[in-house]
Amino acid sequence: MVRGASLLASVALTFLGLLLVTFLIGRVVPIDPVIAVVGDRVSADTYARVRQELGLDLPLWQQFLRYVGDVLQGDFGTSVLTSRPVLEDVLRVFPATLELATAAVIIGVVLGVPAGVMAAVHRGRWPDHLIRVIGLIGHSIPVFWLGLMALLVFYARLEFAPGPGRVDVFYEGVVDPVTGVITVDALLAGEPDVFWNALYHLMLPASILGYYSVAYIARMTRSFMLDQLRQEYITTARVKGLSEARVIWRHALGNIAVPLTTVVALSYAGLLEGSVLTETVFAWPGLGLYITNSLLSADMNAVLGGTLVVGAVFIGLNLLSDLLYRLLDPRAR
Amino acid sequence: MNPFARRLVGAAVIALGAAAVTAIGTSAGPVLAETPKDTFVMAWQFDDIVTLDPGEIFELSGAEYGSQVYDRLVTFDVNDVSKINGHVAESWTVSDDGKTFTFKIRDGIKFHSGNPLTAEDVAWSFQRAVKMNKGPAFILTQFGLTPENVDQKVRATDPRTLVFETDKAYAPTFVLYCMTADVTSVVDAKLVKTKEVNGDFGNAWLKTNSAGSGPFVLKQWKASELLSFDANPNYWGGAPAVKRVLVRHIAEPATQRLLLEKGDVDVARNLKPEQFEPLRGNDKIRIVQSPKGTLYYFGLNQKNEILAKPEVRKAMKYLVDYDGMAKTIMNGLGTVHQAFLPKGFLGAVNDNPYKYDPAKAKELLKQAGYPDGFSITMDVRNTSPSMDMAQAIQGSAAAAGVKINLLPADGKQVVTKYRARNHDMLLYQWGADYQDPHTNADTFAANPDNSDNAKAKPLTWRNAWDIPELTKKTEAAVQERDTAKRAAMYDELQRTVLDDSPFVIMFQQTEVIAERSNVSGLVWGPSFDSNYYWKVSKK
Repeated sequence: MVRGASLLASVALTFLGLLLVTFLIGRVVPIDPVIAVVGDRVSADTYARVRQELGLDLPLWQQFLRYVGDVLQGDFGTSVLTSRPVLEDVLRVFPATLELATAAVIIGVVLGVPAGVMAAVHRGRWPDHLIRVIGLIGHSIPVFWLGLMALLVFYARLEFAPGPGRVDVFYEGVVDPVTGVITVDALLAGEPDVFWNALYHLMLPASILGYYSVAYIARMTRSFMLDQLRQEYITTARVKGLSEARVIWRHALGNIAVPLTTVVALSYAGLLEGSVLTETVFAWPGLGLYITNSLLSADMNAVLGGTLVVGAVFIGLNLLSDLLYRLLDPRAR
Repeated sequence: MNPFARRLVGAAVIALGAAAVTAIGTSAGPVLAETPKDTFVMAWQFDDIVTLDPGEIFELSGAEYGSQVYDRLVTFDVNDVSKINGHVAESWTVSDDGKTFTFKIRDGIKFHSGNPLTAEDVAWSFQRAVKMNKGPAFILTQFGLTPENVDQKVRATDPRTLVFETDKAYAPTFVLYCMTADVTSVVDAKLVKTKEVNGDFGNAWLKTNSAGSGPFVLKQWKASELLSFDANPNYWGGAPAVKRVLVRHIAEPATQRLLLEKGDVDVARNLKPEQFEPLRGNDKIRIVQSPKGTLYYFGLNQKNEILAKPEVRKAMKYLVDYDGMAKTIMNGLGTVHQAFLPKGFLGAVNDNPYKYDPAKAKELLKQAGYPDGFSITMDVRNTSPSMDMAQAIQGSAAAAGVKINLLPADGKQVVTKYRARNHDMLLYQWGADYQDPHTNADTFAANPDNSDNAKAKPLTWRNAWDIPELTKKTEAAVQERDTAKRAAMYDELQRTVLDDSPFVIMFQQTEVIAERSNVSGLVWGPSFDSNYYWKVSKK
């Protein structure tokens, strides 16, 4: 109970801190928020009226209290850019990011973990070098460039993948958003065409993002594994006559499950935070693009709302990996 | 290879194979080689749209949206802007004292809802725009309309007659050009009134919905994502040839190019020279250039004592390599233009007297007392082509010892600083709000109050250029009812500003549009609210 309460308190404090910092940044930026709303050529009367409507004539601390009060009531304000409530906007764009990030992290784990294990087992030999090169490319090529190249090769030349966007433009609006994740919504609505189209559109951007996550996860897996393979219990297991596969997959990999979970969770959180560049290249209307657009338009309500969601995701994933620890590591139970 | 590794490699090969098979299998299905004939698809950066209410729209993309969905009283001929044609108004008369305009409303126009369009709708549309007092309201309120008097000044005397009264006798062309602006779009009063909440004139609803009578009906707007229209088969001017229009927000120009080349879109709107130049040889694609009413310029703040010297102002005009920039960074994006009225406007001065001449500039700087030049800052928005222009000017001005320190920032940040008059030099663009010369004269050649807390903040004010004489002349020009005389007055105003002003006007913007060659009928006018999709068709 006490633990639960202190956890709750720390989450609440983190949120309040996050609110304060983002709020202050929003006010410190040398951009006049009134201009962001009404444009540059507005008459003096309109300017004064909007300024008052936005509460900008109040002292800063009152503005902040007002904002916190609104947020507690679930009111994140209205976005200047979309004329819609920020909460509605975020709920619309977040599933797009969730879909992409989930697909990418699955690719990352499915390919990255075995690759990392292979590299560790064959340390210094060709599988290790190969995986290192793949990882190096993943770390040194900008995602923006790789995304464009992938579009050029797989979409424009080979006609292998569809163009940018979440679905073909003709399928746009066919399925009513329920979860916001188009693949899921299409299945719920019984529209297999839309499902396949959405999945097909997901393929390229998810592979690109997944590639980066493969590079990261493989590298981390490799170093965790190397650590374990040096341990005495591994030698003992081998001496006991266990098969090499069992030694590696059950004993060594089993023991790195905990730190690996953190790596995967962090990688997932990073992807959820929005992969602005990938979203830009693939015209993927996700959270990263939303926050960036809002920032560039000085749409502070939207920026604050988006930042809070990102913060919530981080805190949530942290909690989740905490819980997973306990499942994976008997000592933490 | 040990057994474990072999198994792993085997598994990987199978997985890759499966992935490839799935990819190839699905690729046969949903990929469309070309867009359907009855659907017009466009890739466009329209993330500036913040509202779809014509009483509020003040963004370029928003203005273009308005022209597809709404009708206005009058329109100008896109090929000859000096011709004003009736649209919703089939004819009009101006009273002898020049203060009362009477418009005859065309019979038989129906809104998308089926409601007939009457003079009442027009009057209410004007009244709501004035009363809401949003960004574009000044286009109407400059005629002396206020929320208190607008019901009196703009009224329907019968279902087909609209009376519009101004406070002074203005040039009739000025009034009419303002009637071509988006803010005068006729909204379906009966429908919008049912959507009113707390006396907002239906603004909250109309921000994301449409209530027009134009060739297209708004189907869906997802901000920075998708804008789709259905054709209005009952359009009074004739039904569009396509059934649907889909506009997709594609932020990245290189992606737009790929989509266009593949035929997944019919038109790409935001290609840069590096994207459209290679397409010139492609017979499936046509590059269209359309001059727009936006000027690129930089202002010299007269609060800065160096820049306040007339010789320095003049010298700066000789320190821009107009032709060099036109051939390189502005290739396809703009043409050299130095007067404050863009080509195509009534009275526009199209000869460009200034050339890059560092020797002459040096001479002028010497007279001003700066034989070795000076150091100065220039604010600029951190996007292309503004940033490229600023860098080019930095380079060319250095030849006369003028060391420019660039301060790049986000556009809204630059404007905030501009409105506070805290800059030295500032490079920006100015787009005409409507097609009458007054829109630019009012900002480049009039400054009614140069005090720090002035109500109006025209570009002259922002650069602290105090010009009582010129302000009077600008005021006289907008009230001159003889069009030829009026044109001559603007000629004089422009030449004065060209000769001695804190504005170094450099380029008139060109919009480059890349169309698939099977597409025809698109109209790209001199302003975004005169871009029309109405007659688009595909072979």
